[in-house]
Order: sequence, then C-alpha cells, then structure tokens
Amino acid sequence: MSETAETIVPALIERHHQKLLEDWLTCQVREGVLRGGQIKEAELADQSRRFLGELRRSAASGRTLDIAARQWAPAREVLEELVRHCAAQGISPSQTAGFVFSLKEPVFALLQRELIGNAPALAEATWTISALLDKLGLFTTELYQKSREEVIRRQQDELLELSTPVIRLWDGVLALPLIGTLDSARTQTVMESLLEQIVASGAEIAIIDITGVPTVDTLVAQHLIKTVSAARLMGADCIISGIRPQIAQTIVHLGLDLDVVSKATMADAFALALRRLGKTVTDIGSTGGDALRPRRQRN
Amino acid sequence: MGEIPILQIGDCLLVSIQVDMHDRLALELQDDLTNRIVASRARGVMIDISALEIVDSFIGRMLNNIAGMSRVLDAVTVVVGMRPAVAITLVELGLALTGVRTALNVDKGLAMIRRIIDAEEGGGAGRGA
Repeated sequence: MSETAETIVPALIERHHQKLLEDWLTCQVREGVLRGGQIKEAELADQSRRFLGELRRSAASGRTLDIAARQWAPAREVLEELVRHCAAQGISPSQTAGFVFSLKEPVFALLQRELIGNAPALAEATWTISALLDKLGLFTTELYQKSREEVIRRQQDELLELSTPVIRLWDGVLALPLIGTLDSARTQTVMESLLEQIVASGAEIAIIDITGVPTVDTLVAQHLIKTVSAARLMGADCIISGIRPQIAQTIVHLGLDLDVVSKATMADAFALALRRLGKTVTDIGSTGGDALRPRRQRN
Repeated sequence: MGEIPILQIGDCLLVSIQVDMHDRLALELQDDLTNRIVASRARGVMIDISALEIVDSFIGRMLNNIAGMSRVLDAVTVVVGMRPAVAITLVELGLALTGVRTALNVDKGLAMIRRIIDAEEGGGAGRGA
C-alpha cells in the first residue's frame, strides 16, 4: 500500500471528480446550503467545480493540512469570493460554512467504497479529509466575520460624517443638532466642524441641540463643556437646547454644572439668539387680516 | 528680538502678537501695556492672536494676567482671532481662559469693547443722575 492519506485525497478527487461534484451538489441542494439567499444553482455549481479543482491541486502540493500555505492561495481565493458574495446577500455564516462541510458526506461515501476492507487506511484518510474540511469551514467563518467587520467600520465612519452637521439658522446663528452618544472621537469631530463654521460664517451664537443624545452622564457633560469652552474662546456664545425632562433630572442628580445658558427646546434657544442679535419675529397674520378687511368691504 | 507693537485706535489699544512668545517678551509686553493703558487712558485692550499657531499654558496664563491687570486699570480686555486648533488645544489643556473675553476678529472685538464701555457709562450716568 503505497498510498498515504496525504496522497489519497488528491488522487480520489482526480479519479472521481465528476461523480464527487454531482454528489456534492445534490447534497448541497438537499441540505439547503446557500438557498437562503439569491445564489443560483448554476452559480453554485460553478463555484463548487472551481473549489473542487483548487482543492485537488492544493492538496496535491503535499501540504494537505496547512491551509495558510502559499499553495492554498487559489483555493482560499475561491472561498473569499464566495464568502463576500454570501455576506453581501445576508446569508448566515453557518450556511456559508455549510458549503464546505457538505463536501464531507460524498467524500466519506467515496472513501468507504474505495478503501473497503482496509480499515486503518480508511480511518486515516477519513481523519485527514475531515480535519482539512473543518479548517476550510472555519476559514470561511473567519472570512465572513472579517467582511462584516469591514461593513461595521465603514458604517461607523459614515455615521460620524452624517451625524455632525452644522446648520446656519440665521446670519450669525449656527445650530449643531447632536444625534447619538457623545464619545471622545465624536466630540473632536463636532468641535472641529463647529469651530470651522464659526470662522467661516462669523457666527456669534451657536445652539447645541442635544435632543438626539440618549443619555447625559458625566463624560458626555464634560464633552459638552469642552465644546462650549472652545466656542467661547473663538468668541461665540453657546446655548444648549433640547434637554429632555429625564436628562434634566440626571444632570441635577449627578451634580453636573454645565455653566451655560440652556433652553428646553431649539425654538426657545433660537428666539433667545434672535433677541440677543436685536432681531424680533412678528406675526404678520393679524396685520394681513386687517389689510384684507377694507378690500372685502369695498366688494 | 524686537518688542511687540501696541497700536492705539481711539480709546482702544491693539496688541498684535506675531512672534513666538517667551518669558522675557511676555513680561516686557505686560510692562509696556500697563504703562500705555495709564498713559493713554485707554478703556479697552484687544489682543490679536490670529498669527499664533501654538498657544501653550504659558501664553494662556499671560493672557489671563493681562486681562486681570487691565481690569484693575479699568480697561476691558478682549482676545481676538483665536484659531480653531488653538481653541481645541487650550480646552484639552484645561485652560478655558474664563477670565478673558473673546471675539472672532478685530472688528467684532472692537464692537464688543464699545458695547461694554457704553453699557458701563450708561449705567454710571444713570446712577449719577
């Protein structure tokens, strides 16, 4: 018996490539692998054929169980492509790993037929192929996780960009509606964009609206105070608005001193800002009505 | 190293810091400025730091000191033209310069001094009458 477990795997795949592929595909379809998404059967068959081919070539390289080796790069590439597709389609990681694991059944059946009557060789070959497929299956899970982490990181960046707009309410009045928790990184971004806008627009009043901030603890308060102080150093006054009743209670219970003018709503804060700038808002509804009345009498 | 020029605009003094500050220069500036406030009977002092890219705790303290001295001599101090990066650095250092008034630029600083002086004089006249 010259065949060891190392050489038996590529040899078997070589000899029974077509049969193995058919069995594997049947197995995949039966177990519902990849059917959670929109992957077509033809596509699946193509991926399977390519993977099986690369698996044979990589296994024949002699480093059967070292899937991190250079010889496994093409097989890893096929898996990477598959996983990226699966992750984008929202297919679960276990279903994705099932792509690899479902290969076990046809391979084991094949081994049993081939090595009938040679129990030690069968056991060894079974163990080798099982260990190999386990590694590849875990590799897909790792890849899956990596691709999700990439998505999360991108979303975090986008969120940071999205959630710090500085709005020009009036000549000399800026509004900064904060949404989400204030951590150090966000405070930095918020501060920078606010100060830059103060320089660009020459604003004297900035309204910081915290309606969208879920909780205010000592850290968030500290970040707010920092932002207010920095704006003050630039010569702009801050008004904090949008303090919800619950948050007002928390602020007092924590003994925080925000040391800044605060208003319950953005509307109040804006009214104060206009008053400070010497502007008033008048209701033209009543004068409009008066103006209309004579005309109506004339008719 | 030359001294820092102090310009007079009406009853206001304008100090434009264009060079790196060091201890001796700061002390000289405080000396010059207090003398000029008394000599010219200035009511306001504007310190323009728009050229400064780095403001450390030393300059922060100097600004505070000048504000304190001017206040004693009955002059209002306004620091103008601070850059955003400088403001952030000062806040991170814990130097909020609470004793100093600030304005975005010289224009607004002048208007602010005018407003404060008018309010003081208006209040004084009201009390006098």
